[in-house]
Amino acid sequence: MGAKKEIMNAPSQDVIVTRVDAAISWMRKNSVWPMPMGLACCGIELMAVGASRFDIARFGSEVMRFSPRQSDLMIVAGTCVYKMAGVVKRVWDQMPNPKWCMAMGACASTGGMYRSYATVQGVDRFLPVDVYISGCPPRPEAVLEGLMAIQRKIANEQALHAMKTGIASAPTHQPVTGPVIVRGDYATRR
Amino acid sequence: MQRVVERDKLLETCRQLKADYEMLTDIAGVDNFGEDPRYEVVYHLYSFQKHEYLRLKVKVPEDDMIMDSLVSVWKTADWHEREVFDMFGIRFRNHPNLKRILMWDGYPYYPLRKDFPLAGIQTELPEYAEDAGKAEAANMLGGPFFGGTGTTSSREREPRQYDTPAEQQEKLKS
Ligand code: SF4
Repeated sequence: MGAKKEIMNAPSQDVIVTRVDAAISWMRKNSVWPMPMGLACCGIELMAVGASRFDIARFGSEVMRFSPRQSDLMIVAGTCVYKMAGVVKRVWDQMPNPKWCMAMGACASTGGMYRSYATVQGVDRFLPVDVYISGCPPRPEAVLEGLMAIQRKIANEQALHAMKTGIASAPTHQPVTGPVIVRGDYATRR
Repeated sequence: MQRVVERDKLLETCRQLKADYEMLTDIAGVDNFGEDPRYEVVYHLYSFQKHEYLRLKVKVPEDDMIMDSLVSVWKTADWHEREVFDMFGIRFRNHPNLKRILMWDGYPYYPLRKDFPLAGIQTELPEYAEDAGKAEAANMLGGPFFGGTGTTSSREREPRQYDTPAEQQEKLKS
């Protein structure tokens, strides 16, 4: 008890010194609120990511926001057809900066097995995708790894610069890595 | 059971059949490319009393692609007919709301016709989706790919993408 009191009384022990940039990035990366763009079967797997077994809440992303105005990360989970592309784009445009985008599964990344007239051959045709996750559908672990990749990206960003310029992914002293590709087939599946 | 019906007798036939066959389960369009008449519309009816299906086939020639709508007989025909219209361009007389159901309004093609390429044709997107780019033809990369039905292991039957046609030929030979 006495020791604790001593610490409480010593102001120097209570202070953490950091850069504002780093603090903002740290806060951001641990409260990434996803916009679940569940368009097909991958959407079901995304629900598993949110449920108790895999529990995306461990990474601060449990609050799936169905309002684009309150979300930071768009997870495109599923097959995007051209008819839907405009809707996805509009939702993306409504999300406030800074924002990130994850293409979950083969369909969202490349069109997947739907090489046809109706399907967008990868949502990167109209969205700036940060992380691609392979798999059909990817394991929930892979989605979590994708989220961690996004967190690493956020941690590398210069938040203040981004605020000033309005560009979400501002280049930093440690350049933000380009799109990340996450392997979707985890050992639990094989 | 199956019956071939004349196009102009369809509506009348169906009105009579409704007494036995209460449910219209499906409408399908068929493109018999190269034959005359080219198109065919297939109706699947079901009878709850007899526990029996009845299939009606109606031929539709290419130069006069219009037939009677069955919405007045079975309400469920509404969306089915819209789908046939969307995919094949067959029109239905007296349909309450004959517009595209799967593709967007203003899409210029009928994609399930045999002479339409699977990859699609570059097209403008509808107004609300303009900033999502264009609907482009998909890169087929040597596809479409078929699984095959031989007795080989599923690992070999698995459809795969080959980067060059030569590679594909090589694989098919072995
Ligand atoms: S990648 Fe597979 S599981 Fe995911 S939406 Fe496409 S078909 Fe469905």
